[in-house]
Amino acid sequence: MAVCVAVIAKENYPLYIRSAPTENELKFHYMVHTSLDVVDEKISAMGKALVDQRELYLGLLYPTEDYKVYGYVTNSKVKFVMVVDSSNTALRDNEIRSMFRKLHNSYTDVMCNPFYNPGDRIQSRAFDSMVTSMMIQVC
Amino acid sequence: MEAAAGGGCGSGPPLLLSEGEQQCYSELFASCAAAGAAVGGPGSGPPEAARAVPSAATAAAGPVADLFRASQLPAETLHQITELCGAKRVGYFGPTQFYIALKLIAAAQSGLPVRIESIKCEVPLPRFLMSKTDAEIRFGNPTELHGTKVQIPYLITEKNTFKRMDDEDKQETQSPTMSPLASPPSSPPHYQRVPLSHAYGKLRSNTEQMHPAPYEARQPLVQPEGPSSGAPGTKPPRHQASLIRSFSVEREPQDNNSNYPDEPWRITEEQREYYVNQFRSLQPDPSSFISGSVAKNFFTKSKLSIPELSYIWELSDADCDGALTLPEFCAAFHLIVARKNGYPLPEGLPPTLQTEYLQAAFPKPKRECALFDSYSESMPANQQPRDLNRMEKLSVKDMADFPVPTQDVTSDDKQGLKSTADEALPRDVSEDPATSKDSNSLKARPRSRSYSSTSIEEAMKRGEDPPTPPPRPQKTHSRASSLDLNKVFQPSVPATKSGLLPPPPALPPRPCPSQSEQAPEAEIHPQLNRAPSQAAESSPAKKDIPYSQPPSKPIRRKFRPENPATENQDTSTAVGGPASAATVKPHAAVQKQSSKQKKAIQTAIRKNKEANAVLARLNSELQQQLKEVHQERIALENQLEQLRPVTVL
Repeated sequence: MAVCVAVIAKENYPLYIRSAPTENELKFHYMVHTSLDVVDEKISAMGKALVDQRELYLGLLYPTEDYKVYGYVTNSKVKFVMVVDSSNTALRDNEIRSMFRKLHNSYTDVMCNPFYNPGDRIQSRAFDSMVTSMMIQVC
Repeated sequence: MEAAAGGGCGSGPPLLLSEGEQQCYSELFASCAAAGAAVGGPGSGPPEAARAVPSAATAAAGPVADLFRASQLPAETLHQITELCGAKRVGYFGPTQFYIALKLIAAAQSGLPVRIESIKCEVPLPRFLMSKTDAEIRFGNPTELHGTKVQIPYLITEKNTFKRMDDEDKQETQSPTMSPLASPPSSPPHYQRVPLSHAYGKLRSNTEQMHPAPYEARQPLVQPEGPSSGAPGTKPPRHQASLIRSFSVEREPQDNNSNYPDEPWRITEEQREYYVNQFRSLQPDPSSFISGSVAKNFFTKSKLSIPELSYIWELSDADCDGALTLPEFCAAFHLIVARKNGYPLPEGLPPTLQTEYLQAAFPKPKRECALFDSYSESMPANQQPRDLNRMEKLSVKDMADFPVPTQDVTSDDKQGLKSTADEALPRDVSEDPATSKDSNSLKARPRSRSYSSTSIEEAMKRGEDPPTPPPRPQKTHSRASSLDLNKVFQPSVPATKSGLLPPPPALPPRPCPSQSEQAPEAEIHPQLNRAPSQAAESSPAKKDIPYSQPPSKPIRRKFRPENPATENQDTSTAVGGPASAATVKPHAAVQKQSSKQKKAIQTAIRKNKEANAVLARLNSELQQQLKEVHQERIALENQLEQLRPVTVL
């Protein structure tokens, strides 16, 4: 369902970014980049709130005419950004949340690998396959 | 003789080949021809063409030379054969020449003189010795070669040629040292008659698959005389030496099982033994697991690339907990060994390497006692701090250091672990103040808990559970990414403090007090530990405790009147006699727990208040300084304005 999935590190550089095979990948990269501002805004607005599953999911960051961008931040300030197609009729919030949860789980699995240094690009095949499944789900 | 040989090309003594020979020779010829031709041409074209019309093609000199060399005949003989068969004269190896040469080779191998007349004799098929590359062919891609029995000697030469094409590494094929695979004399005669194109096509795909990993072709890894092979592309022998020593053991057993399709992924008994020994060298307890960093250091020694090691880890760590249990470790080790020997890594974990299979196939040695069971049960509690593992690599390394120095690879695991535990206890206590925030303590303390196995403490453990949430259910929390470090710390920390003391912060949301608490608690604990273990002297011990703890002395005194009943009960029961002491102690201790909890909380509150006060004072002082500085600045600015000539902008 997602058209583009990105994992951004704490320092705001991408650890993993992948778009569905359409042209204009750069456009998605740009959208993710601009969404980072919104993410930062939401994080700072939360202040020193308690860490909770609810707050990890940031919800709709901003909609454009074709796409909607959703955000999720982990406790270590690693951000997941997902761009979905607006034409998908009523992708429910719960579904987006579950997708983020799956992303987060896969991300922790990647982290558990001792050969993975935090801050490296994510090259795990399991992670790739999970993202593929998320992106292919729709049509 | 030469004339006869020359005539033999066209119309000399007819070359009578039996049907078996015919097939064999034609296949060999096709392989050599294709190998030679395939240097430039497409892969699948030549084989069929060669097979169909062997007479049209010619065998390239290179592969043929290799093939001949593989026959292990002396060079002189080979020269003679070449001459005899007429290739020298004709300038190329046509099919006739090739067949004659093969026949002569067979004759020479059976001891017949190399003469043109020999071709008339009945000789067995020529034997070509397998080289190390056979392993790569054989196990190139277990999924692809499924069902194919690939012990075909002539395919080695194909492989050799491919290697030459791929790597330009002549020494690879000319390596005189034979791998242990080749040395068992049982292997050469085991021909399997597989249609060449079938195997050939598969081989091509195998090598194409191996293209992305060129280094694998340059590793005469497992040759005991490995360093002597000296191929330029091989890794320096120095670091291979350790690997050779390590891996030479399992290479030979691998060969024995090479008849089955997924055999490369099957761990033999000897390999298993070896892996278990390696596991023990890293981690004395076979039912425990190796942490990520320890395993990382160990596997990095295999000199595989980091992405490969990362992928191997992904495959083998089935539960993704950042640590390897014994079956996972064996699987990972086996994958590494396979990779070093040139097999490409599978897409998924092969069924013979999965944890359940390994545990079923090779049940762990049942030398553990009940202690170990409790220990291994407590280990799942360690699963919970997965996030902590991630965040605190240092702590994991500490844990790695923890088992390593206490390595006790004796036959009696029990004793070894007991000594581990004894060392663990004082270490834990000393480490606590220093590393109170480390998940190391989380991993280390459960060990000490299970080994400080006095009945009282076990009772204490059980008694602890009701007041504090047991750590295990929190495993789900760690995955759900909602991580309250404090929540995670609190229940496990007290659980590890040798049982007697309850968790100081029983109330969940108490971040600071609990952690700063741990330092004084650490001092309290050892004394308290010793106290209950002394059954008869409980009352004097209890009186000792408050005296020996200066910081909480007033609190304790204060709480004594608050819990007169419990304290009196304690003393009375203690004085009552050692017989009843054991039974009453748990109850008394439980009540002591709550009072201790309160004391601890009060201590924490006090400390925080003091800290707050200090900080507030500091803050006010700094504010004052700031004001003064501001005033100075204003004064200076005024002066500056006055001094500066008036400028109107």
